Amino acid sequence: MIRIVSTTSTLAGSILLLAFVCLASTAVYAEWQTLKEDGLHDPLNPALQWLQNPGDALGRMPSDSAGNKVDWVRAFEDGYIRPRSSIHGEAEVKQLDTEIIMNDTGSLPRVMFPHKPHTRWLDCENCHEQIFKSKAGATPVTMSKILEGEYCGVCHGAVSFPLTECNRCHSVPLNGTAKSQ
Amino acid sequence: MKKYDENVVLAIVLLLSMVLVAVDLLTTRDAHAEYGDVVINKYSEAAGMRPVVFPHWFHRVRFRCKVCHADLGFKFEAGGNEINMLKIIDGEYCGACHDGDLAWSVENCDLCHSGAPGTPTQVHESTLQKLVAPTGGKATE
Repeated sequence: MIRIVSTTSTLAGSILLLAFVCLASTAVYAEWQTLKEDGLHDPLNPALQWLQNPGDALGRMPSDSAGNKVDWVRAFEDGYIRPRSSIHGEAEVKQLDTEIIMNDTGSLPRVMFPHKPHTRWLDCENCHEQIFKSKAGATPVTMSKILEGEYCGVCHGAVSFPLTECNRCHSVPLNGTAKSQ
Repeated sequence: MKKYDENVVLAIVLLLSMVLVAVDLLTTRDAHAEYGDVVINKYSEAAGMRPVVFPHWFHRVRFRCKVCHADLGFKFEAGGNEINMLKIIDGEYCGACHDGDLAWSVENCDLCHSGAPGTPTQVHESTLQKLVAPTGGKATE
């Protein structure tokens, strides 16, 4: 074989190849199972061909490491999706931009609950007053209740980011400056 | 500059590539788009139909949670709603949209009744499901 490339360009080529493989690997990682293979749908159902496969929609959205592998809050904020606020179009949306700090977290970082991303998706009445009292600190939230599907666990761990993502809620360091609300 | 043997460099890069691809192939299975999919099999199979699979991901692309969970009255609980075909035809629950106008109508049975036979009512891939049965049953394989 005639060597027409110098060592330097071979090195450069190799690095390029490695970079390409790394990029390709990210693409492979982001793949979603098709409905036929997901173990949940009946592969013998002929109507599956008419249903959208998750990857076709979710592959275009900001990625996340858990759940659907989609950062739904960012997808909404950055305009990847524009979910309607009522069946037939737009209705008034009550937005709230306050943060609640939960201090009673033992040795774990405190919990910061941001109203903003929640009120983009949900109506006040979805959480108040049945699941959570409006008065901060008046609801006896515990991790075991959450894991059983109560309080935050009504959505988190079922459809919003899963409960294995501890740091997303427990985000305020214990020695931080957060004040009780 | 120190000269490298290009064959050795190439071999190392190829080996690294293969390792990366192998890692990818192994980790791909972690991606579950069906996180949040709800299987509803309260009455379906008893009535000779496949269970219903409700894909949360598909619906939340188009509607905010409050549309179904506040406006339409869906409770936040798989199997917690008394849904039946009569109510749907009457415009309640799924029937609020699945009326042949906004979304497909009730004649398209197999589009909703698309679940694998024997799958119980559940929120698929939920943290609770994973904690209770980490190895998974039929539906979590």
